[in-house]
Amino acid sequence: MNRLQQLFQNKKKDILSIYYTAGYPNLNDTLKIAQALEASGADFMEIGFPYSDPVADGEVIQGSSKQALDNGMTLEILFDQLKDLRKIVTIPILLMGYVNVVLQYGVANFCEKCQEVGVDGCIIPDLPMYEYEEMYHTCFAEHGISNIFLVTPQTSEERIRKIDGLSNAFIYLLSSAATTGKNLDVSTTARDYFARIQAMNLSNPLMIGFGISDKKTFDSANEYASGAIIGSAFVKSLNENDVEGSVKTFMKQFRG
Amino acid sequence: MSYFVNERGYYGDFGGAYIPEMLYPNVEELRQQYLGIINEPSFQEEFKALLKDYVGRPSPLYLAKRLSEKYGANIFLKREDLNHTGAHKINNTIGQILLAESLGKKRIIAETGAGQHGVATATVCALRGLECVVYMGEIDIKRQAPNVARMKMLGAKVVPATSGSKTLKDATNEAMRDWINNPVDTHYIIGSVVGPHPYPDMVSIFQSVISEETKKQLIEQTGKDQPDYVMACVGGGSNAAGMFYHFIDDENVKLIAVEAAGKGVASGLSAATTYLGKEGVLHGSRSILMQTPDGQVVEPHSVSAGLDYPGIGPQHAHLFKTGRVKYVSITDDESLDAGLLLTQLEGIIPAIESAHALAYLEYMEFKGGENVVVCLSGRGDKDMETYMKHFNL
Ligand SMILES: Cc1ncc(COP(=O)(O)O)c(C=O)c1O
Repeated sequence: MNRLQQLFQNKKKDILSIYYTAGYPNLNDTLKIAQALEASGADFMEIGFPYSDPVADGEVIQGSSKQALDNGMTLEILFDQLKDLRKIVTIPILLMGYVNVVLQYGVANFCEKCQEVGVDGCIIPDLPMYEYEEMYHTCFAEHGISNIFLVTPQTSEERIRKIDGLSNAFIYLLSSAATTGKNLDVSTTARDYFARIQAMNLSNPLMIGFGISDKKTFDSANEYASGAIIGSAFVKSLNENDVEGSVKTFMKQFRG
Repeated sequence: MSYFVNERGYYGDFGGAYIPEMLYPNVEELRQQYLGIINEPSFQEEFKALLKDYVGRPSPLYLAKRLSEKYGANIFLKREDLNHTGAHKINNTIGQILLAESLGKKRIIAETGAGQHGVATATVCALRGLECVVYMGEIDIKRQAPNVARMKMLGAKVVPATSGSKTLKDATNEAMRDWINNPVDTHYIIGSVVGPHPYPDMVSIFQSVISEETKKQLIEQTGKDQPDYVMACVGGGSNAAGMFYHFIDDENVKLIAVEAAGKGVASGLSAATTYLGKEGVLHGSRSILMQTPDGQVVEPHSVSAGLDYPGIGPQHAHLFKTGRVKYVSITDDESLDAGLLLTQLEGIIPAIESAHALAYLEYMEFKGGENVVVCLSGRGDKDMETYMKHFNL
């Protein structure tokens, strides 16, 4: 069992995960942010490796990705930065990024490196389910890496069941069909959708993401899931001159 | 060997649908329905009627006599430049707007580079009374001002793409983001044979009218439906896909695809994808693209906005890898010279994209009497400013 699976076994509510982009605001902030997040009460985190054409992302994460690339970030450098990760951070870590970067690195290499540095899972939004299932599932499993799938309000029940069967940590429930950085829609339709998924009694826990920006939206997501994931709002709050301080300030509202 | 898409959406190693879950329902709906809709007799009837009466098809296959004399071969030009709106792009947008209507969509989005696809999309939206939003790179908006004005006049909203290289690749990203955020009522009319399956296949089917007509016209004009060479320029590859379609399985016909070398393939300012690219995933399909070792997409360069794209469609990647089609490249300057040459020998001002295909004639060796078909994908009106600057007109 990896750290992520353990977390979900031990904690059923109020789980807070934070996304940030590796190499942003400064190239070498990756571990600093990880450490500060753990210290201020995050349950796990998603470290984004940047891509030049992030189609699923809104302006904030497009911006942090571009800055990270301009700072010189690559997947290779990221793994190098994460060499000492497990000496200083104990909470689960996911890597998140687009499939082309993983393909160029090599999927087998990628899994090996993840295991070596202590990464527990990954989210690759544009990796097709069929390709994961047929070509990568075994490799991921051998290295103890959980692959996380996304579900939107338009995802069919049949497909959600299939995703549930392929998942072994949690399912990432998008608050609405949107790029990152939009505000959480807590309208009745969104509530109906969350309730519908909840009622499916899936074998994997749910985390709600996209549009969670503050305590209020975090709390409403918690009504329907084990917890929620915050990305753009956190990335936006990072101050390049005081990274640790800005992490602390942002996290205060949740873990004050 | 098959050069066409298989039931899983692949051409050999290339193709597929590498899309985030947010796009899955839309793309899946399209995948399940496109062939059924396209093959309905009522669809075919309306599609063909519009191509004939609205676009002005069949486009002529014109034996360019003075050009033929110069090169020592019979050079036939497939005159897509004479289509309504001035390029092959409208063949695809007519097909896709009818498909969007069948799917009950109310809002159309598109990306555009040269503006030709944007104009072709805005045109069919005006024709059918549908809302139209076109994404266009900020840089392209500046270098293709007349087309921006045409789109606006046609009632489309033109949204500048300000990320990345601010050209076609980024306009495509923005259109995909729009589609993610509008998952129910919107159809995305992709302008080339790129994107997730079924787009490459669907667009090539709509463009295949080019080679279908060409075969008939060749029989009338030469007595046989197989020429020696068929040539076309490649941005994403839609005019080439349509020009090659019915010749792909005629193994005696040599197919040549011409990419944009920009300032030269080794200059760092180029769009010669097969030469500079590697296998990877861009805009939803596995293909060949220009990228760094880390998998970041490299910004391309070409004097012609329509060829300024860092990838090629997955079918082209397959045709390249299998060697069925020969991929070559032509520089900015060579293409402009070829544009001027055609203008002065034949009285036809070609789009700079199409001029790339013509420019390769300089490199070919003919014994004499070969039949060569070149796809003249568009007219040069939109490029007058570039021609004027380059030739001090
Ligand atoms: C006249 C013309 N030819 C060619 C192209 C390149 O596109 P494709 O490779 O899809 O034919 C364009 C694109 O805008 C164009 O306008």
